[in-house]
Amino acid sequence: MTPGHLLAVVTPYTVPTGLMDVLQVTVLVLVAAAATMVVVIRVPVRQVIALSVYGIALAVLFLVFQAPDVTLSELTVGAVVLPIMFLLALAKVRGREK
Amino acid sequence: MTPGQRRWIFLAAIAGLAAFYLWGLVGLPGFGNYPGPYGDVINRIAVAQTNATGVVSAVNFEYRGFDTVGEEFILFVAATGVAVVLRHLRNERERNADGETGDAPDEGQRVPETSSAIRMVALIMTGPTIVVGWWLASHAQTDPSGGFQGGVVLATAFILIYLAGQFLAFQRVSPTDVTDAVEAIGAGGFAAVGVTAVAMGLPYLTNFLGLGITPGAVSSSGTIALISFFVGLEVGAAFILIVGELLDQTLLLREGSG
Repeated sequence: MTPGHLLAVVTPYTVPTGLMDVLQVTVLVLVAAAATMVVVIRVPVRQVIALSVYGIALAVLFLVFQAPDVTLSELTVGAVVLPIMFLLALAKVRGREK
Repeated sequence: MTPGQRRWIFLAAIAGLAAFYLWGLVGLPGFGNYPGPYGDVINRIAVAQTNATGVVSAVNFEYRGFDTVGEEFILFVAATGVAVVLRHLRNERERNADGETGDAPDEGQRVPETSSAIRMVALIMTGPTIVVGWWLASHAQTDPSGGFQGGVVLATAFILIYLAGQFLAFQRVSPTDVTDAVEAIGAGGFAAVGVTAVAMGLPYLTNFLGLGITPGAVSSSGTIALISFFVGLEVGAAFILIVGELLDQTLLLREGSG
């Protein structure tokens, strides 16, 4: 099995790989920053919004790492459904405190 | 331990973690380099074997379909757990609130008014969200999508209906009995596809349907498309059920405390 044989099957990349490395590192740093925001913010409601932003950043990460199907899952679960569950839980706790 | 000492320990730990993490990153193969054999093998044979150009779905619902059954039932059991715990609590609350506010969900709620802007945006987004969810759930065999993604997107459409209208509208478009039944049909359907293969004398989850003629056509790939459809039902219903129970809890609790 020659390398040329493999290339006939695998789609050739049109983006220079060096550029992709830069993009990947950028998104990794972005995800780390978003995650730090979630931990640093102390107000629960704002924390949930930060969690949603973190979910979107993670979705972009998966896209850059060539997993578009995982991107879709992360976008819906991490950026929408999980924050909604937290918001509802917070609303419940707040209702009890009143 | 003083805060100063604690900070030094934290800094030492984070420096160590960063060093190991960066070391690990440097050792990763470059973009587009794949050293293992399985991906290349799958890339070569998957489309020819299954007629599915969405190779990720072919892997999920065919080559490792048995693992996916297990994963689907994780969500099924989780949703069932939420329903069991929260519905029990709801009955207790309704008993306690008896005679005070009653259990009619449209009376005595003190939910803040949703702004017209949010209602409008939610209303506008509902239709497109349903279309996208349906497209994702029905195109697992052709594109990077599938029942899980489609199901969750469909569930968010129902959350948009709640945002655009009110809890009553959410309940009207997703009655608990129907949601429960759809979830069960979705989870059971996946397992039933596998058992049907066994009944035909084939190994569990063998693709027993016709694969179609054109690779990448919606009608191609046999059971991959069918399983994706069932997964879409299961996942969509499970998320609607979980969010619905949480909404119920939140609104009923406000009712009780008001």
